[in-house]
Amino acid sequence: MALLVVGGVYTAVAPKPATAETATTNDVEAGRQLFLVGCASCHGKNAAGIETKRGGNYGPTLIGVGAASVDFQVGTGRMPMAQTAPQAPRKTPVYTAEETRQLAAYIASLSPGPAVPDGEYTDLDKASVEDVREGGELFRSNCTACHNSVGAGGAMPGGKYAPTLKGVSAKHIAEAMITGPQQMPVFSDDVITPEDKRNIIAYVKQVQDQPNYGGLAGGGLGPVVDGLFTWVIGIGGLVIAAIWIGAHGARVKKS
Amino acid sequence: MSTTEQEYTPIQDTGFGKKAAGPVEWLDDRLGLAGVAKKNLRKVFPEHWSFMLGEIALWSFVVLLLTGVFLTFWYQPSMTEVEYQGSYLPFNGLEMSSAYKSTLDISFDIRGGLLIRQIHHWAAALFVAAMMVHMLRVMFTGAYRKPREINWLIGLTLLLLGLVEGFAGYSLPDDLLSGTGLRFVDGLIRSIPLVGSYAEFFIFGGEFPGDEIIPRLYMAHILLIPALLLGLIGAHMLLLVFHKHTQWPGPGRTEKNVVGYPMLPVYAAKAGGFFFVVFGFLAVMGALLQINPIWAYGPYNPSEVTAGSQPDWYMGFVEGAVRVMPNWESTIFGSTVSWNVFIPGMILPGIFLTVGMLWPFLEQWITGDKREHHLLERPRNAPFRTAFIVAGMTAYAVLWIGGGNDIIATKFGLSLNAITRFVQVGFFVAPVIAFMVTKRICIGLQRADANRILHGYETGVIERTPDGGFSERHAPLPAGSQYTLTAHDRLPALEAPAETDGNGVAAPHGRVAKVQSWLRARYYDGALDKPTVEDVHHAEEHLSGHDGHPVELGDEFQGVSETGIPRVH
Repeated sequence: MALLVVGGVYTAVAPKPATAETATTNDVEAGRQLFLVGCASCHGKNAAGIETKRGGNYGPTLIGVGAASVDFQVGTGRMPMAQTAPQAPRKTPVYTAEETRQLAAYIASLSPGPAVPDGEYTDLDKASVEDVREGGELFRSNCTACHNSVGAGGAMPGGKYAPTLKGVSAKHIAEAMITGPQQMPVFSDDVITPEDKRNIIAYVKQVQDQPNYGGLAGGGLGPVVDGLFTWVIGIGGLVIAAIWIGAHGARVKKS
Repeated sequence: MSTTEQEYTPIQDTGFGKKAAGPVEWLDDRLGLAGVAKKNLRKVFPEHWSFMLGEIALWSFVVLLLTGVFLTFWYQPSMTEVEYQGSYLPFNGLEMSSAYKSTLDISFDIRGGLLIRQIHHWAAALFVAAMMVHMLRVMFTGAYRKPREINWLIGLTLLLLGLVEGFAGYSLPDDLLSGTGLRFVDGLIRSIPLVGSYAEFFIFGGEFPGDEIIPRLYMAHILLIPALLLGLIGAHMLLLVFHKHTQWPGPGRTEKNVVGYPMLPVYAAKAGGFFFVVFGFLAVMGALLQINPIWAYGPYNPSEVTAGSQPDWYMGFVEGAVRVMPNWESTIFGSTVSWNVFIPGMILPGIFLTVGMLWPFLEQWITGDKREHHLLERPRNAPFRTAFIVAGMTAYAVLWIGGGNDIIATKFGLSLNAITRFVQVGFFVAPVIAFMVTKRICIGLQRADANRILHGYETGVIERTPDGGFSERHAPLPAGSQYTLTAHDRLPALEAPAETDGNGVAAPHGRVAKVQSWLRARYYDGALDKPTVEDVHHAEEHLSGHDGHPVELGDEFQGVSETGIPRVH
């Protein structure tokens, strides 16, 4: 009884995620058709996932992952996967934007989940100087440990990695934060508000778009590249200079 | 020849000389330096490119002093929190330490500040690298042998101080990267059993990070360590002048002379010119290559970290050792001992340093060679030493891989765990393989030398015999080259130490002597002795004229062109 009451109250009060309002029945049906051709072999005909004999999964269930997840995974080309790997890499998307929207509509129709973020929260021009500074603080507290201080990416155990954020659209970064794809934790809108998410993205984009003050930057990879330059260019070059000076003694005959 | 001797005018007879004579005499009357100068300005130094590696370090140090002075004008060694209002917009209004803020100001708001900062940082990286390359040259050629052992120790102390100095400087900007590095060192300090936490409180003036460490590091970085470095560099060079520089063996070069050019004018010009080459190189690197972009990391905050946090390259081996160390920990009498940090972070660098410091004495004890050496030894003629150094370098390089494992994993699509496992095994296995391979290569090169002495050099002239066989004609090596190739010592005769003395009583120090004799046998194991005079005569008398044996080609023969035709014929 108590369970029922709590459940009932929860459904009434719980923040209702916006479920693809614009999706029509046609979109859902078109998405289902695409799903059956391109996705069902791993995720199952009902998108409930396929379990392996050992209890792992062949493809996880997609019920409740929401439109944001589909838009991220398919829109960045991670899905469909080309082969099994520790992690699905970003690649050229297989589906068009229209098809991606239809797939998202189908998955969102199965059960409510995070929606594709509102354009208002991915419009980086709305972030003020203070917003960017705040975003930087949040970025350094929550993201740099894996993604590196300029979003260049980083390594994780077992061949997994935090991918680079260079060239990733604001929408996809926001979706990744809401849905927590692959190794990434979920940063729900309750934890980091949509405005804060926008500020984080604005900081990353600003840092990545600014010129490389100080010269060739070696990909933001830090002292490993500096060490390489020191040895190859510094020591290598100066040893060549030393050989040249050594070969030109006072009595070396030049014919 | 007699005409060339008359071509120059003595300096006192030139116009400049006549004018300068007065002031120079005035100075000499008061300083009395003419005698010292006359002797030392004509000091002879031998010529070889590898003798200039130490100069790279010296000139980098000079560049460090020059650029460092500029940076002190603007840098504020304080951990007081201030609000940033400078021109780097993403940090506008951010709270940060004065140290970080002033470094941002140097980078963005002081004219030429970023350039000087980058030159300073590149010079620091190059300073340590050049010291290390110079040290390897000294080691590979046996230049640390008597009477230069103390200079070797001074050199290693300079390297150690260079590491500490570099690390202190790297920490000063108080950015997220350097703060993480400081945290790492804090961990190393605390891993010392018993006294670790006390040492931490002593150094940081309380718990990490506190607000004392930046001013303290600043004092060490701009006063204490540079003064020590300067003094030791002075001692290093005075000893160099006192011992005279070592030289490669060759005709006319002995243990008692130095063949080369005088300080003035040749070396003053060469070394002075090299300073400008080094400075120019560093300026170009500072202008074109970004180093330590502190604005990208953000201000230090102990709760934050960035992926790809690495120390500067010279601390990379310690970083790698700590990264791959298994997680060993034990609790002794209620206090935790972190072997996982203490062994790789403190003991391992200690072993590298101790072996380096003891090596000249150890080698002397093993070989029993107490003589002075001013002639260098070619690396191939000391196969054990060469292989030993390469083994050490391999262990060091494997640790570098460990230190950069995350970058290697992402850039080459490898598993972080696989790299870590590789380093764990490779640290022990790779040096052994490197030792064996290097020793074989040295012995192979010794054989090639012996071959050239006995059979002459390959002329490139291919001869065809009437029955269709082909052979390459060899020509005798010029006497000078023969001398150079055979100027090193003959291998000593190895004898087992006497187990008993004359009276049949067990000899004193019998066990030590046995170890020494065993080590000596290992040291010379496999090394090829140079051909004897008899060997050379035998080859000349009995083998000449045969296929592939030296034939006198006459003075006009100057080798063959690329197409195989003698250049002069």
